[in-house]
Amino acid sequence: MWDFPLFPEQGSAIAWRVDAVFFFELAICTAVTIMICFLILYYATKYRRGSRADRSNVVTDNHLIEVIWVGVPLAISMVMFAVAAVVYFQMYRVPEDASEVYALGRQWMWQIEHPGGKREINELHVPLGQAVKVVLSSQDVIHSFYVPAFRVKQDAVPGRYTSMWFRPDRVGKFHLYCAEYCGTDHSRMIGWIHVMEPADYQQWLESGGPTEPMATTGAQLFKSYGCSGCHSPSSTVRAPLLDGVFGHPVPLEGGTVVTADERYIRDSILLPMSEVAAGYKPVMPTFQGRIKEDELLKIIAYIKSLGRKNERVEQ
Amino acid sequence: MSAQGAEPQPNYLTAGQSVRSWLLTIDHKRIGLLYMVSITLFFFLGGAAATLVRLELMTPKGDVVQPETYNKLFTAHGVIMVFFFLIPSIPAVLGNFLVPLMIGARDLAFPKLNLASWYVFMIGGVFTLWAVLTGGVDTGWTFYTPYSSMFSNTSVMSAALGVFIVGFSSILTGLNFIVTIHKMRAPGMTWLRLPLFIWAMYATSLIMILGTPVLAVTVALVGLERFFGFGIFDPKLGGDPILFQHLFWFYSHPAVYIMLLPSFGVINEIVPCFTKRPVFGYRTMATAMMAIAALGFLVWGHHMFVSGQSMYGGLIFSFLSFFVAIPSAVKVFNWTATLYKGTVSGTTPMLYALGFIGLFTIGGLTGLMLASLAIDVHVHDTYFVVAHFHYIMVGGAVMGYLGGIHFWWPKITGRMYPEIWGKLAALTIFIGFNLTFFPQFILGYLGMPRRYYEYDAEYQVLNVMSTAGASILAVGFLLPLVYLILSLWMGKEAGPNPWGAKGLEWEIPSPPTVHNFDEPPVAPERPYDYPLKEQDREPS
Amino acid sequence: MSLAEAEPTHGYLASHFETLEQQHQSAALGMWTFLATEVMFFGGLFLGFSVYRFVDPEPFAIASRHLNVTLGTINTFVLLTSSLTMALVVRAGQTGDRKAQVRNLLLTMALATLFLGIKAREYYEEFEHHLAPGASFSTAALHLPEDAPESLGQQAQLFFVFYFFMTGLHGFHMLIGIAVMAVLVVKAQRGQYTAEHYTQLEMTGLYWHFVDLVWVFLFPLLYLVELHT
Repeated sequence: MWDFPLFPEQGSAIAWRVDAVFFFELAICTAVTIMICFLILYYATKYRRGSRADRSNVVTDNHLIEVIWVGVPLAISMVMFAVAAVVYFQMYRVPEDASEVYALGRQWMWQIEHPGGKREINELHVPLGQAVKVVLSSQDVIHSFYVPAFRVKQDAVPGRYTSMWFRPDRVGKFHLYCAEYCGTDHSRMIGWIHVMEPADYQQWLESGGPTEPMATTGAQLFKSYGCSGCHSPSSTVRAPLLDGVFGHPVPLEGGTVVTADERYIRDSILLPMSEVAAGYKPVMPTFQGRIKEDELLKIIAYIKSLGRKNERVEQ
Repeated sequence: MSAQGAEPQPNYLTAGQSVRSWLLTIDHKRIGLLYMVSITLFFFLGGAAATLVRLELMTPKGDVVQPETYNKLFTAHGVIMVFFFLIPSIPAVLGNFLVPLMIGARDLAFPKLNLASWYVFMIGGVFTLWAVLTGGVDTGWTFYTPYSSMFSNTSVMSAALGVFIVGFSSILTGLNFIVTIHKMRAPGMTWLRLPLFIWAMYATSLIMILGTPVLAVTVALVGLERFFGFGIFDPKLGGDPILFQHLFWFYSHPAVYIMLLPSFGVINEIVPCFTKRPVFGYRTMATAMMAIAALGFLVWGHHMFVSGQSMYGGLIFSFLSFFVAIPSAVKVFNWTATLYKGTVSGTTPMLYALGFIGLFTIGGLTGLMLASLAIDVHVHDTYFVVAHFHYIMVGGAVMGYLGGIHFWWPKITGRMYPEIWGKLAALTIFIGFNLTFFPQFILGYLGMPRRYYEYDAEYQVLNVMSTAGASILAVGFLLPLVYLILSLWMGKEAGPNPWGAKGLEWEIPSPPTVHNFDEPPVAPERPYDYPLKEQDREPS
Repeated sequence: MSLAEAEPTHGYLASHFETLEQQHQSAALGMWTFLATEVMFFGGLFLGFSVYRFVDPEPFAIASRHLNVTLGTINTFVLLTSSLTMALVVRAGQTGDRKAQVRNLLLTMALATLFLGIKAREYYEEFEHHLAPGASFSTAALHLPEDAPESLGQQAQLFFVFYFFMTGLHGFHMLIGIAVMAVLVVKAQRGQYTAEHYTQLEMTGLYWHFVDLVWVFLFPLLYLVELHT
């Protein structure tokens, strides 16, 4: 009964850094707490009523001391801030070689989809040592994708995409929790991250019958929803061609420039009037209410594939 | 004290004994008592909800209540404790009672508005209780959208209405205090001669009047969205759920300082009295409280680091959050320095005060950890946060409230409480509290999310410890309820100044007369004017 | 033996104050503090509105053009004039001119009622055009382009949510002002406001100027969105 854990295991490359920041701050906080508690108990005892301690020259003000005990905590705080901020940046900067996985939160499960088309519910299999970027969205309310062993967490917000990444550095299975209260079965919206040796992961990926890569399905949806009717070289309507668009800057009407990321593609499909590409007329119809969330992700996967020369999928 | 044979002077308790004289009173002291009774009721209601929560959490599986019920219980606990206990507690009970006394006034600036604030409070309470009784609310006290506005099928509207209404009670109290403190000080009572409790009430009132209206608007928008189906925060209809979070936390972060600053004020009165010396660094103490009030408005985004807020927004909010901790740290150091070369008595109020300083230190320092971006990503929405805010709210605010109630009990009632029981309760609360909440820091870092009624088996032992602590804590809270009420009949009669404290409230009878002072008193030249030279002091 | 007996107070001095001056200053500070809370209250709504307008200007611009700018402009003049008459009320208080107090209070009330009447007319028109948010809302009256996405209509409805909430809240404050003025008219008629004691007139004046000021911000924010395009 007593062999319960007191500290979470470290499953990702960033975990030890987060823990290092934590222990650094814990040390400072413990030291301060012990100091204050000691001084309180010591003074309360030494100067208790009836004791013969020296109470002469009581000082009620000392600006120098106050400056010191404003300045020193401030300096220590700034160090704490900086150290934590540095690791935070590392947590947010996605490495170039990260593979992608899509996680859709809905009451009360995680629907996870690999680019190769393999789907999982409440489980995510990943290979050891490979950075994985999880693109999150929600179908209903705000959820949060949390893997304590990896020390990462990110809210899944309806109406937009958010993302987080991790690089698992230990084989095993690690808890996955929803960490933003989302209704009745919030505490059952849990699962596992399975980190496997790369060879085992490949095997797992190929098991269960061939699946259609997301981008392939996306290409079909691109056609069936009529996108290729305008967004192709042979169209009579002048619409931007999408080859190589993903990940690159897009100048908009009105002078601003945005990066064509998941959010931009999604908004272009659902709210085409909001960010019209420069030099084009705002004639694209909206598909809001017609395209489902997981279909959106597949179309986005397809458009992403147009942006990388090696992975281009034929229409 | 009643003189032999002569008619006892009517005090504010005996002057008028009908129900009508209480329910239509405009005496700030009686209004303070009306609030005391109401918030005590709400405290035990919120506590009952917490008891059931902790009972459920003794075992990993959900086996005490249904999941929907559990969600309603933690929501009820949060809503009741935050809006109907913590926010009013010290200002509406002790502030109402003491502000005029401490500055030498006969009442607050707007006595009828004061009574109105209590009725508004009760009406808000009725709506919220209605929500709890007609099936409950399951959104969490934070009402995040779109769950609260579009998905929850519980009594969100009544609860939102209750919170909307009770906010105005807060605003009216704050308004009254600000005008009173500015305009009704006795001759000679300059700002730098004010008791620090008054500074605390002033700083708190500034937050109350500037922050609460934003909460009102936010809650109103959620209500509109829910009732009419407008897409104010629903992304499917063009709205932004994160806008709700910004609006909500813009109030709710300063709100935690509404809950905390008054306790600072109480500690600032208890410590000089029971060290028989002035507080170290009076000006700094006053400035620190004002700084906390101001800086508190700038840090709300630290509740939203993983919400989808930009990374750079996160950096700014983290940076500013470290700043708001500094004035609090300074206060802890100054209190410790006040003990130095003082004459310390370990009375019940002093035990609460010393406990406050230690527990608040832990709570505040863990706040720094939460302000640290890299750590917060891991522990946000886990039990680490729950532990942090309970250290501040219970270890801090509630201990401050109880310390204040004990300290001024003789003044309010004319009776002493039994000191042995006071000390026993304080100790029980301290032990129970730490056993309840310290394990939760560990649970949080381990990764146990909050608002879970089912959890993985490896978290059970720590949860059982926490529940055990909660049962001790419950006993600790029940003790004062019993002995304080009994003291009304059985307590030793207290004179005007049983503690030998400095301050205008201690120079009038206990309990005070209806009008407090016959003539405006003259303010002492220095606050906490305890004799400093050895030879001036009474022999120990 | 309180200081209050040193100067004649004609029973105006409340028992918890020492002097009439203290009482008057307290009332003034109280009203200013209350107005500060009102700024925060309306401010939250202004903020919400501004965020959505900034993020996606077009639907708000379209919706705004369907407000009746003419009536809105007339109302602005009406309300500004009522602030003038209210200032004259306060002036009449300073001079102790009972007749002028009553006259100008009634004028202010009349102008305020006119404002609310014009506003009601506007609301009626908007309801007729199905622009009131809710079940009956329709984008037909907005003359949106054929291929406009559904979201444009939804955002336009959002505009009207803010419009009705903010102007409704403002109108509610005006109603309270009118009710207070009605009470003041009765008291002024009885000669209760003299040159030494007209605090209630002054405080109501402050409140009324604030209500006017809110409208001065509401009007361009709601009615004049991209009017030039």
